[in-house]
Amino acid sequence: MRIRRFFTVACMTLSTAGICMPMTAFADGKVFRMVPQADLKFTDPIVSSNYVTRNFALLVYDTLFARDAAGIPRPQMVDKYRYFDGGKQWSFTLRPGLQFHDGSPVTSADVIASLERWQAQDNYGRAMVAAGAQWRAVDKMTFTLAMKDPFGQVLEALSKSTSLPAVIMPERVIKAAGSGPVNEVVGSGPYKFKRDEWVSGSKVVFVRNTQYVGRSEPSSALAGNRSATIDRLEWIILPDANSAMAALTNGEVDMIEQVPPDYINLLRSDPNIKIGATGASQGALVLNTLYRPFNNEKVRQAVLHAIDQAKFTTAMGYPADMRMKYCATFFICGAPGDTSAGSEPFRTPDLAKAKQLLADSGYKGEKVVMLLPSDYPSINGAGLVAIQTLKDIGMKVEVQSMDWPTLVARRTKKDKPEAGGWNAYPTVASAQAIDSPLSNFVLGAACGNTQPGWPCDKKLDELRLEWTRQTDATKRKTALDNFQKQAYQSVLYIPLGQFSGAFAVRKTLKNIERQVGDIPMLWVFDK
Amino acid sequence: MTYLLKRLLATLPVMAVVAIIVFMLIHLSPGDPAALIAGDSATADDIAHLRTQLGVDKPLWEQFALWSGNLLRGNLGSSIFTQIPVTKLLAQRLEPSLSIAVLTMAVTVLLAIPLGTLAAYRAGSWIDRLIMLFAVLAFSVPVFLVGYLLIYGLAIKAHWFPTQGFVSLSQGVGPWLRSLTLPCINLALVYIALITRMTRATVIEVLSEDYIRTARAKGLGVIPVLLHALRNAAIPIVTTVGVGMSLLIGGVVVTETVFAIPGIGRLVVDAVQRHDYPVIQSVLLLSAGVYVLINLLIDLSYRFFDPRIRY
Repeated sequence: MRIRRFFTVACMTLSTAGICMPMTAFADGKVFRMVPQADLKFTDPIVSSNYVTRNFALLVYDTLFARDAAGIPRPQMVDKYRYFDGGKQWSFTLRPGLQFHDGSPVTSADVIASLERWQAQDNYGRAMVAAGAQWRAVDKMTFTLAMKDPFGQVLEALSKSTSLPAVIMPERVIKAAGSGPVNEVVGSGPYKFKRDEWVSGSKVVFVRNTQYVGRSEPSSALAGNRSATIDRLEWIILPDANSAMAALTNGEVDMIEQVPPDYINLLRSDPNIKIGATGASQGALVLNTLYRPFNNEKVRQAVLHAIDQAKFTTAMGYPADMRMKYCATFFICGAPGDTSAGSEPFRTPDLAKAKQLLADSGYKGEKVVMLLPSDYPSINGAGLVAIQTLKDIGMKVEVQSMDWPTLVARRTKKDKPEAGGWNAYPTVASAQAIDSPLSNFVLGAACGNTQPGWPCDKKLDELRLEWTRQTDATKRKTALDNFQKQAYQSVLYIPLGQFSGAFAVRKTLKNIERQVGDIPMLWVFDK
Repeated sequence: MTYLLKRLLATLPVMAVVAIIVFMLIHLSPGDPAALIAGDSATADDIAHLRTQLGVDKPLWEQFALWSGNLLRGNLGSSIFTQIPVTKLLAQRLEPSLSIAVLTMAVTVLLAIPLGTLAAYRAGSWIDRLIMLFAVLAFSVPVFLVGYLLIYGLAIKAHWFPTQGFVSLSQGVGPWLRSLTLPCINLALVYIALITRMTRATVIEVLSEDYIRTARAKGLGVIPVLLHALRNAAIPIVTTVGVGMSLLIGGVVVTETVFAIPGIGRLVVDAVQRHDYPVIQSVLLLSAGVYVLINLLIDLSYRFFDPRIRY
């Protein structure tokens, strides 16, 4: 009794000092706990292109259109829409009853404020601006889009589910933020963010949005009815992979969003755990095209001739059934942008040809400064193979090992490699980040851009514009093929192979089979 | 009192030096919070724009003046990333860190001092060797390995404890203790080993003193003699306990990571990885303050154990 009194008094004292945390562990209703791929560092999805911020955004915000399991854009917040004048004029009407988490209704003004802010940041959005996009509110529920030039990617843009999704926020929140990041998280999505329970680096909490008005169609990936069945959602940040595996095995968490490759087979042997594929990703060697040797197209082609994709995906550690031996497209095999155009000369690794091309290029033994991330085992593995491959064809490589945050800062430096810059670094990108000439994070960069690697190929830019203008599916496919042929000619980056990541869930969960792609569909799971 | 005042005043230049060194070290190390926030698809223009919005593009002296000015007014600033005030971040992390530190040290003192005294009293016997073997093992085996073994044995297999996480005291003493048991065992093993050895060495030395021999010759029992010896051996032990306490509050990153305890150690490590300047600066400065204050308390406690000490 005395002990209890002591602890009660102690806790009251701590509470008074603001130290004790709020009651959370014994919440009512269905609680779902997931280990996300990384800690949530930033909540504004229009400023940060990190995937974890995107995943956060797709829980608390909604989009006008959303892609279904086949990747086709479907209306989401939009009730009716139509287009005319060859796709230059569009009219949209919102679904009735939509409201933000603060209780205010979603209006055309909110939509236009959100989309104008998004257009200034996103590749698709910028392309729309370049095509003369003008938004106009007709009434509270209806708004129009007028384009000066033809633009065949309107629905793809509005439904994009990779970084910087076109989410809808209240106009007042956007105005309050001015030109800075939005700090107030008020969406109209299936979950509400509980900022008061957010412990950065430890836990992110969401509760079901009971006011959410779902669509009548069944859910399919990000499209259809996104009404949540889970009452409380907790992201548990477990930076140590072993701890995450132990927590899943012990039933303390329900899902691990991304299982490190080394643990996939281990978890497969657990009868209580199901492993699923998270969708395709691509390894990439980003090249700095500003400086020798990679400012020379022939050198870049030489490297591509030497690449054996199977070696890279093996070194990244993924099991055999989760990696491809070879993928010919820059835009993800099996995705709508899949094409083999232009890949013929590079299908089989040919070291002799690579050496010959390197000799013809005038390469004079310049040092290649390779940034190698030490804290991502799979990317590190790909980097090590890349280093050996470059050496195999006779290039000199200086490896600079560093953690990922340091690499992210370093890659923005335009300085010469010997003065703190760089020549190459390995990375990976999820399918949605590279699945079209606009979204692809290196090929999508236009001349004059300031994206790391700083590629410029004017012909590629023209072909991209040609592709965005096509509203006819057949012509768009031809334009895509032409774009990829040129991409294989100029080799602005080196694809290192395609693989699929893995998520792990407790088998007691319902609707596991409805998880599609790499975005956790946390509105379809049930317990 | 004058001594206390002098010592407290002496902490001010120490803190100022720490503040300057921490600020310079962090800002001169490579890294860019804006690039991290912006992510893969951001252009250099996007990053530069964000840098301006976050205020990290200002000259170093201006940033330092701004931060130190706010600090003097008691404003520690907000995280560049989450925009959460640093005071709130600290408040969130203080309870787990204090809980671990106090519980670990309580277990350590309760076990290590009797074990060390027993080993000293039975020096050279099999009991002494057994205790020393334990001490060597506990000190030598890596903390993360012991952590994983505890999780495997006591959480996954026996289901006695959770594998990870911290439950606040406000949610009940039982769940709070349950969540802390494994991390505290993990940490206490190292400190038990250290303080057991320290106690043994100092008690052996004291037991060989003339006054102990005299006490024994006068027929004083074993327990009173050992208690007498222990008080005279206390100063190095108390010093070690105090330093250990500072280290535990300041952060035990490996244990906090293995058991997912949201303590101050992980807050600092996460902030360093992100280059979240306001968080790193404030937390390191406060950690230095805690260290200085605990050292002061240790110095003051010497008088309790040895009244001959005067300040």
